[in-house]
Amino acid sequence: MRRLLHMLFAALLTFAGVAHAQAIEPMPFKDHAQELRFQQLTHQLRCPMCQNETLADSNAPIARDLRNQIFQMMQQGKSDEEIKQYLVARYSRFVLYDPPLTPGTWLLWFGPLLILLGGAGVVLVAIRKRSRIGSTATEVPTDNGDDW
Amino acid sequence: MSRLLPFIGFMLLVGLFGFGIWWNTQHDQNAIPSPLLDKPAPAFNLPKLYEPTQMVSKADLLGQPYLLNVFASWCIECGVEHPVLTVEGPTLGVQLVGYNYKDAPDDAKGWLAKHGNPYDLLIADEPGHTAIDFGVYGAPESFLIDAKGVIRYKHIGPLTPDVMAKELKPAIAAMLKEAP
Repeated sequence: MRRLLHMLFAALLTFAGVAHAQAIEPMPFKDHAQELRFQQLTHQLRCPMCQNETLADSNAPIARDLRNQIFQMMQQGKSDEEIKQYLVARYSRFVLYDPPLTPGTWLLWFGPLLILLGGAGVVLVAIRKRSRIGSTATEVPTDNGDDW
Repeated sequence: MSRLLPFIGFMLLVGLFGFGIWWNTQHDQNAIPSPLLDKPAPAFNLPKLYEPTQMVSKADLLGQPYLLNVFASWCIECGVEHPVLTVEGPTLGVQLVGYNYKDAPDDAKGWLAKHGNPYDLLIADEPGHTAIDFGVYGAPESFLIDAKGVIRYKHIGPLTPDVMAKELKPAIAAMLKEAP
């Protein structure tokens, strides 16, 4: 039983290693700064296939292709902004994890504020009501509270 | 009235969640609306699957509308779509162009030999670079491209009889009506 567990564990480790090796394939970066830039950029972009993984993390074939494309564009001296534009033109703004402020995303950006304001309004009304009840309560003689 | 308030709030939430469930049954969660819709299809120059020395470019296909169907032998959903394409493809009134995506040519040919070949023309994109220009991120995907080379409609996922009747055929009809 123990041996079986050991074997299972070893197998798991191997598979984990394989998955990891696939996700981070070595690329011939010019220098460390470029590698860091690549990592940072691919972490800001969403894989269109797997939906909730970044391009950096994803193992999907399309993510690998897009990583290669981004790498190639970096070699051609394209800026981060140009690379993002390139991807948005093909895969829509869906690929951006940080949605830009446009009329279509107003609700996304300001929705939480609206909800907060709504909540504040409810609290305000509740407090007003309570304090009014409180003030009317003080006008009523309160001595009957003690002699029960 | 104030006693009813929590109940009304609850019913509003039920309504909201119900709407969410209904919405998700009507919409494909994985489909990303293409920014290329109603824009000129990207230029391409790809070899034919059966005659790899012959190249087909976007310019070659201008002049008549076609349905560009992205498929691959490794794609399971394509097997679901294939019989539908075989039956309905010839009735669509447009050319059917097969776009073999990230596939080994021999695998693709074997797959077509086994399941049948409904395509009028077959092009191959083994490295998948051109597919990025089309915004392809999986297979199957289908693009309806008009005679001027403009993308008129895109479907992500298999074309089912339902999708054909409700979306593709009306899109083709609208396109043909505009430019007969």
